[in-house]
Amino acid sequence: MTNTTPKPQPLPQPETDRYWDGLKNEEIWLQRSKTTGKYQFYPREISIHDPASGAEGIEWVKVSGNAELFTFAIVHIAPHMGFVGDVPYITALVQLEEDVIVPTNIVGVDPEPENLQIGMALKPVFEHHEDGQTLLKFEPA
Amino acid sequence: MPNIQKLKNLSGQAHIVGVGESNKLGKVPEKSPLTHHSEAAINALNDAGLQLSDVDALFTAGWSTLDVAEYLGIQPRYTDSTSVGGSSFVIHVAHALAAIAAGYCEVALITHGQSGRSDRSPIPRNPGTPMAQFEAPYGILGPPVSYAMAARRYMHQYGEDRTRQAMAEIAVSTRKWANLNPMAYFYDKETTFDDYHDSRWVAWPFHLLDCCLVTDAGAAIVITTPERARDAKNGSVKILGAGEGHDHSGISQMPDLTSAFGRYTGPQALEMAGVTHSDIDLAMVYDSFTYTVLVSLENLGFCGPGEGPDFVADQRTAPAGDFPLNTNGGGLSYTHPGMYGIFTVVEAARQLRGQAGERQLDNCDLAVAHGTGGLLSSTGTVVLGAN
Repeated sequence: MTNTTPKPQPLPQPETDRYWDGLKNEEIWLQRSKTTGKYQFYPREISIHDPASGAEGIEWVKVSGNAELFTFAIVHIAPHMGFVGDVPYITALVQLEEDVIVPTNIVGVDPEPENLQIGMALKPVFEHHEDGQTLLKFEPA
Repeated sequence: MPNIQKLKNLSGQAHIVGVGESNKLGKVPEKSPLTHHSEAAINALNDAGLQLSDVDALFTAGWSTLDVAEYLGIQPRYTDSTSVGGSSFVIHVAHALAAIAAGYCEVALITHGQSGRSDRSPIPRNPGTPMAQFEAPYGILGPPVSYAMAARRYMHQYGEDRTRQAMAEIAVSTRKWANLNPMAYFYDKETTFDDYHDSRWVAWPFHLLDCCLVTDAGAAIVITTPERARDAKNGSVKILGAGEGHDHSGISQMPDLTSAFGRYTGPQALEMAGVTHSDIDLAMVYDSFTYTVLVSLENLGFCGPGEGPDFVADQRTAPAGDFPLNTNGGGLSYTHPGMYGIFTVVEAARQLRGQAGERQLDNCDLAVAHGTGGLLSSTGTVVLGAN
């Protein structure tokens, strides 16, 4: 029996539209606090670094996507029917140059622990899907 | 911030008088989650020598108290559906203590029921939450993947080999306790270190034997005033200290993957109870994964950051070891329907009342029950004392 369960799709919200729309154009847009200069991920209508600055205290900044591997797992048993055909696959948390952690997949390497070193340099990969969504994945730089 | 002086006045102002599981644990497709709630409720009330008609406060998680009260046919005068993952029921114990001391109610019932294995209902997901938007599309879904990434980071900071050995120690020692508990899913099945290392990968670095069971089960706790506790049929247990809180929801937002919120709730619960770590005779620590136990022992303050592997070495937490841990066999080997936290309190109460059968500890006057919920997101800690 062929598994046809779709993967869960992100459902953008008003404050995250800009992030997802950016990925479609292969651009990564992050929010930054105007008062503290600190970045935040994921997009919010509040600055977690300076809540008192209000929604006006946030600006959007286009960033490079250069990152380091912060941690990872290699998934062997699919946690959702939509990923049955993908195992084993690599999930990761990566740290962007802007000091935010982003959840993602590492692609372009065989899913073996010895291929993945915490701290290794990564670059972004934009994975465009037929339904119009783009996911931000990473591969060794 | 918590007012520790006020909390000290609250210490001991309510007692656990009844605990119980649902009638059958494990693979129970013939019973619904709400049946696990109702069976456990009746069993815990019987244990206390009380009736459903005595109950005037209801606490549950996963389900709304609206549904559970309606199913049980009761009309509570105090209601609390605090639902922050599997730690919720430990938090409910503290909330019941506060509510009883304040006069809102006299007989609190905490229920849990979940058919993690056999539920006919699909898991509802809201696709617009931050986790659903930013983690799920990458297959970062469900507890094993998230906890595995936290464990990998811990390995990076504190050493892969010693972390691996610690995880194996916990899997093996917990199974030995299960072999002493007839209610345990793996009562009849022993586990060796080789079994651990040979078990398949679920989400590297987690073997299958790093991961808790997925079962159908329920449990319930009855709490009342110290005065009414004198009439308890099988004795009572004092609620001496408590702490609760959380610092993220999705794993990518966790401030420190090697430190969960027990770093606050553990010390607070002990200070409120007026006791120290060396006074504790039993630690019931939610073991969703072996790693959860390792990091929780550090967070609670039984050892320092990165010292967990030395702390659990040489089967120290197994039967006859000098640090009894998860004596029911834990979520790893006894039962784990999905939100296991309540069972830490059930077992602590049994040990403190001297009713733990073959696995009964010789001297058990003080216990810590510690729940972790979500994706290492929330914790609830209580300190319980024999009466």
